[in-house]
Amino acid sequence: MSAPFATAVGTAAAVRLGERTARQVVEEVLARVGVREGEIHAFNTVLAGDARAAADALDQRIARGEDPGPLAGVPVALKDNLCTRGVPTTCSSRILEGWKPPYDATVVERLAGAGAVVVGKTNLDEFAMGSSTENSAFGPTRNPLDTTRVPGGSSGGSAAAVAAGFAPLALGSDTGGSIRQPAAFCGVVGVKPTYGAVSRYGLVAFASSLDQIGPFAATVADAALLLEVIAGHDPMDSTSNPGPAAPISARLGDGVEGLRVGIVRELVKGVDADVEARVREAADALAGAGAKVDEVSLPTVVHGLAAYYLIAPAEASSNLARYDGVRYGLRVDGTDVAAMNAATRGAGFGAEVKRRIMLGTYALSAGYYDAYYGQAQRVRTLIIRDFDAAYEDFDVLVSPTAPTTAFTLGAKTSDPLAMYMSDVCTIPSNLAGHPAMTLPYGTGDDGLPVGVQVMAPALGEPVMFRVAAVLEASRG
Amino acid sequence: MADPEAGARAYDIVVGLEVHCELRTVTKLFCGCRNAFGDEPNTNVCPVCLGLPGSLPVLNRQAVEYAMAVGLALSCEVRPSLFHRKNYFYPDMPKDYQVSQYDEPINVDGHLDLPDGSVVGIERAHMEEDTGKSSHVGGGGGRIHGADHSLVDYNRAGVPLVEIVSRPDIRSSAQAVDYVRELRAILVTTGASDGKMEEGSLRVDANVSVRPAGSDTLGTRCEIKNLNSLRSLGRAIDHEAARQWDLLDTGERIVQETRHWNEDLGRTVAGRSKEEAYDYRYFPEPDLVPLAPDDAWRDRVRAAIPMLPAARRARLCQAAGVDAALAGTVVELDLDTLVLAAISAKADGRRAVNRAVNEVAADIDAARRLDPAAFTKLLLLEDQGKLTATQAKQVLAELLTAGGDPVDIAAARGFEALGDDALAGAVDAAIASNPAEWERFKGGDAKVTGFFVGLVMRASGGKADGKAVTALLRERAAAG
Ligand SMILES: [Zn+2]
Repeated sequence: MSAPFATAVGTAAAVRLGERTARQVVEEVLARVGVREGEIHAFNTVLAGDARAAADALDQRIARGEDPGPLAGVPVALKDNLCTRGVPTTCSSRILEGWKPPYDATVVERLAGAGAVVVGKTNLDEFAMGSSTENSAFGPTRNPLDTTRVPGGSSGGSAAAVAAGFAPLALGSDTGGSIRQPAAFCGVVGVKPTYGAVSRYGLVAFASSLDQIGPFAATVADAALLLEVIAGHDPMDSTSNPGPAAPISARLGDGVEGLRVGIVRELVKGVDADVEARVREAADALAGAGAKVDEVSLPTVVHGLAAYYLIAPAEASSNLARYDGVRYGLRVDGTDVAAMNAATRGAGFGAEVKRRIMLGTYALSAGYYDAYYGQAQRVRTLIIRDFDAAYEDFDVLVSPTAPTTAFTLGAKTSDPLAMYMSDVCTIPSNLAGHPAMTLPYGTGDDGLPVGVQVMAPALGEPVMFRVAAVLEASRG
Repeated sequence: MADPEAGARAYDIVVGLEVHCELRTVTKLFCGCRNAFGDEPNTNVCPVCLGLPGSLPVLNRQAVEYAMAVGLALSCEVRPSLFHRKNYFYPDMPKDYQVSQYDEPINVDGHLDLPDGSVVGIERAHMEEDTGKSSHVGGGGGRIHGADHSLVDYNRAGVPLVEIVSRPDIRSSAQAVDYVRELRAILVTTGASDGKMEEGSLRVDANVSVRPAGSDTLGTRCEIKNLNSLRSLGRAIDHEAARQWDLLDTGERIVQETRHWNEDLGRTVAGRSKEEAYDYRYFPEPDLVPLAPDDAWRDRVRAAIPMLPAARRARLCQAAGVDAALAGTVVELDLDTLVLAAISAKADGRRAVNRAVNEVAADIDAARRLDPAAFTKLLLLEDQGKLTATQAKQVLAELLTAGGDPVDIAAARGFEALGDDALAGAVDAAIASNPAEWERFKGGDAKVTGFFVGLVMRASGGKADGKAVTALLRERAAAG
């Protein structure tokens, strides 16, 4: 299956060589936005004017003989929880109404430095809490492959933007699967890098110990190119890994000969039969390419979902405290400060955000901390140990990305637990801080894409991408 | 139940102090904003210290070094530590949580030796960030209730603090004041603090309880906040202890609560009680990594700490032969280096201390410019009897205001101590012309000593040395 739109690698090469102008590239994607954005609603903000101005500036630099960088003239869509100077950054929440950050996120600076052109801010589940992008205060995003279906979430807008050809690249954030699950649902590549590989400075926090920014792309090579631009140490993020990021693109074609690949038994069990079938086919393809494929058991990963739904809400309850009506965003007046805080938060947050703030507040409360937050952290440690043990015998692990293909809008909105189950395969990597990525691998019985997940140990992006590249090439 | 008749004597006071010390770093704890007092409101702010969405903290190395220096100066164990989030809603606090060290603080288990020889245990000295500052405008007289609106200045938000928590080892308001005074001297010595209580650089909360005299159990304590001066601290503790005694005397129960010292009313007033206390929901701050200073770093910080006040006092006591209280005064005035320089040049120690405490300290700004060599030279002139005490003080005054060489100043003023022969002649003349008074002196009437000294002084035009005159009078009387 070849990508239906121009790739980032190809676009950047054409722009750098002067075969195409950045302005032409931007006009092409804006034209597609003009045709389909009305039915898809991938964006909260389309930055047509800014994008054209940025493209023209790039074209002038190229005309002067300068090289704008590896993403020269490549349109990129940004999840609307990444801070952009002077441009609304809403997190798809009413509570940030009217707020324009006075600064750019580190990844936004790096994109600009590499010559990328930001075309818009994409829709998400409010504060990245959700798996369908139906929790947006501005209405849901629809799956470009079937607009009766959700695009997944929380980075549904970014996944949809790439799938619809609104931009060859997009950035999302992944706290429990929020890049990989929507990428799987929309049939694109999605990567959650190692925790600390990409600076979180300027990413509006959901759960700080789990959040990680990562790429969406139509191809594995495009995703590698984008990751190389945004990764690397940032002194503004204390949890950022020291030193430069390892090169990925240069090793993409190294193949999987002799690599040990583990299929995670617990993550295959219980998923839809068509999803499992595609994962088995992917495993066979890797074996055919010379990898040693075997099943592996990580018994504790089944507890990942429960641990996640204590740790993430606990951190969120603290991270979202600052939306109090005092300094920015929405303010609903009250008789005193406490009443104003309560009225603002009552009006500004949606139901899912409130649910998680309450969950997290409870999990951290005096007398409950140890039984909930403390216990969840202990489970997290056990999961890390399970992964460590598995990586003694395997170079990478493979599993489904999500238990199902994209479901229909409204199918799970009244059942939060059913919605949470959508992230059961992706959460363990966030808890462990390990890299994981998804790529489309065939379709389900409904004709919608199935995502296969490749996981690797911390800093294992190069080997993870090699495996993904082999899988991509093996697709019919 | 206490005996209502027993009165105040039946109880002991138990005090533990929490001192918040703003560290004198160039920038704030987690961002590059200036750490400065008194600037235009909301000018020293950035996305980090305003807690804007997406911002992240980065720990200030200098703040860690000051915190370690404070811990080492208080004989604490400096340990690997963690930052936690302390969650509560407050408009002063941009993130609605405070980043603070909770159960794994950087400094634990130290002690502070007071000048009177008593020792106060230090439970911990941990790092945290300061909050902003609210002011309430219109109607409420500066208080939030009835105010028209409130303004918040975030210049102070994110300023680094060390909170030094003592053990409940303090037994009187005077000892509490001594503790804070000594602690302040240590904090200033390490360079960690400017010690300015009036600017809020040091803020003291006192945990006060009372218990029957001789008892080992701790009574219910109240925490008194808002103690902005040593005077407030002493008064508040005495008032609070008296309030608690009165309650126990009348058979009432003391409620554990936070109370605020009202300097104008001269009493503490109830704040939050424990029943309505916040649940701070502490958890480890995920945006920061654990702090684990290695031995080499800790040793470098230790080596850079200047001599502490207690050691300076001991050094001066020994060198000058003065008592601890007097040595304490010299050290507090930061004049011990000056005095020690004179002593090492063989000047008399006691005289050096007295001139420092009385004359030099009278103009402490000028004292900073006083040339130690000139001070020493002056003391030696006096020691050798070449200047009288009165003359020496006048020369010293000029040294302080204008500088110069004490020998030249003395010569210019015509100060030359009376030679031995001239002095003897003047004394003998005074005796001869006042036989009745001389008989009284010989009979042991010390009151006429001053009469003779005065006569000799006048006769010599002030050049005679009072002590030498007295000695000569005694010598003549003994000779019959
Ligand atoms: Zn700042």
